Amino acid sequence: MNVHVAEKPVASEEVVTGIYDCDIHPMLKKQDGLLQYFEPRWRQHAVHYMEFLRTPFLGPTPYPKASPALSRRDSWPPAGGPPGSDLSFMQEQHLTPNGIECGILQPLFPNASKQRNDEFAAAACRAVNLWQRAEWTSQERRLRASIVVPQEFAEASVAEIEKWKDESDFAQILLSPKANEPLGYRRYWPIYEAAERHDIPLGIHVGGVSGRPSSAAGHSSFYIEEHHSQVQAMQALAASLVVEGVLERFPKLKVIFIESGVAWVPAMAWRLDSLWTQFKDEVPHLKRPPSEYIRDHFWFTTQPADEPEKAEHLRQVFDWIGWDKILFASDYPHWDYDDPRYAIKCGMNKSEKAMVFRDNARKVFGGRA
Amino acid sequence: MVKHVVARCLDIGEGQQKRVSVAGRDICVFNIKGSFFALLDRCPHEGASLSHGFRVGLVTSSSPGCFQYSRESEMVKCPWHGWEFDIKTGQSWCAPKKVRVRPYPADVESGDDLVKGPYVADSFPVSLDGQYVVIDL
Repeated sequence: MNVHVAEKPVASEEVVTGIYDCDIHPMLKKQDGLLQYFEPRWRQHAVHYMEFLRTPFLGPTPYPKASPALSRRDSWPPAGGPPGSDLSFMQEQHLTPNGIECGILQPLFPNASKQRNDEFAAAACRAVNLWQRAEWTSQERRLRASIVVPQEFAEASVAEIEKWKDESDFAQILLSPKANEPLGYRRYWPIYEAAERHDIPLGIHVGGVSGRPSSAAGHSSFYIEEHHSQVQAMQALAASLVVEGVLERFPKLKVIFIESGVAWVPAMAWRLDSLWTQFKDEVPHLKRPPSEYIRDHFWFTTQPADEPEKAEHLRQVFDWIGWDKILFASDYPHWDYDDPRYAIKCGMNKSEKAMVFRDNARKVFGGRA
Repeated sequence: MVKHVVARCLDIGEGQQKRVSVAGRDICVFNIKGSFFALLDRCPHEGASLSHGFRVGLVTSSSPGCFQYSRESEMVKCPWHGWEFDIKTGQSWCAPKKVRVRPYPADVESGDDLVKGPYVADSFPVSLDGQYVVIDL
């Protein structure tokens, strides 16, 4: 057995220039930093009633996230504020040295989209979208925003999409996986209709609050379990989107699965295909095997990079999913950040690297990135 | 091997660490209860700078529910993904034989001896009554 003593990370031989980073998290400098982006009626509401999420716990997550602010310990801006809140430090620490040509922002906190008060959710999403433009995309041409929508309130979500649909600094529509119902349900279809009509991809980023335990087997005891349970949620909603017929109904819809890694995808596709052949009469609306819908409509970001014992096994996973469906993401500034030079440990040739780190993203975002 | 003077002992307090640049390499010097150790300042996992890492002790367990805590401050936890390394040997906690950080011999020398040579002081000012951390490269 060859034991290779790793003393330094394995780096790519050739550097891809113009990297597309499909997951960067901006943060507010101060907790009340969003208030100025609300209309006065909702600013008053935000101050007096604050947030009200679908969870019995005080915050959006019952688990401490292994590291302060969920972030790399070296990502606290020297000028102050939490990780991800300082554009110039983000440029200095991440965008420029890593050669990021385009970074897609996913604002997770404060949680605007899952506020229980529907109208407040709509107002909070508008505020987050205005904030992204005012303090991020208008100041740094390498960044693109996500249209955050009050996803449980379909009508207001469509209105928010309509507002930003022609704005070229908004690259995708951001959804939370922990929706009140699995995302394939008809109540969410108006969002997909608008997304397809305007050719804007959906980005589903792990996390969110549903009021349910993080795993289907109940509340987990350790953060390790909770971290992995995010993947379970993504599996469930991937199946829901396929089996409910969303992709049959909206044949041009594009869906990006963000921060759930990739290795879970092929096994789920095999299983759904096998079940489909047995239960075709339950789902007559599915004209094709599930794996074909997955192949045609879903993209997956690499982070957190799967690390099989034999790094080359990761190549097989990419083969099964399709090299053209893999999108590099860093998750800056979170602790499980992936460095573009070292995170993907299998060998890749020049054209594979160009696809994963740049060209696949250019294609899926179309002219928006 | 050349000996490089990298810091005054006073600059790195007990339980603390400092990144220094030695002959083009970034090295992190650690103070464990007054003794000094040095590791290459680069995590073998994805290249993070260990000098930004948290100092922790060793938690071991003979069975679920039983924990022993020892060697306070002798492990450094990578600031990114939390990999833990034994500062004294550079070995990773999770795979000590397979994954490690390159250690460098570090000693304390008095200013008096340093002035006599043969030590490379680089641009580091040395005074006769100081104590200095010296790294062998």
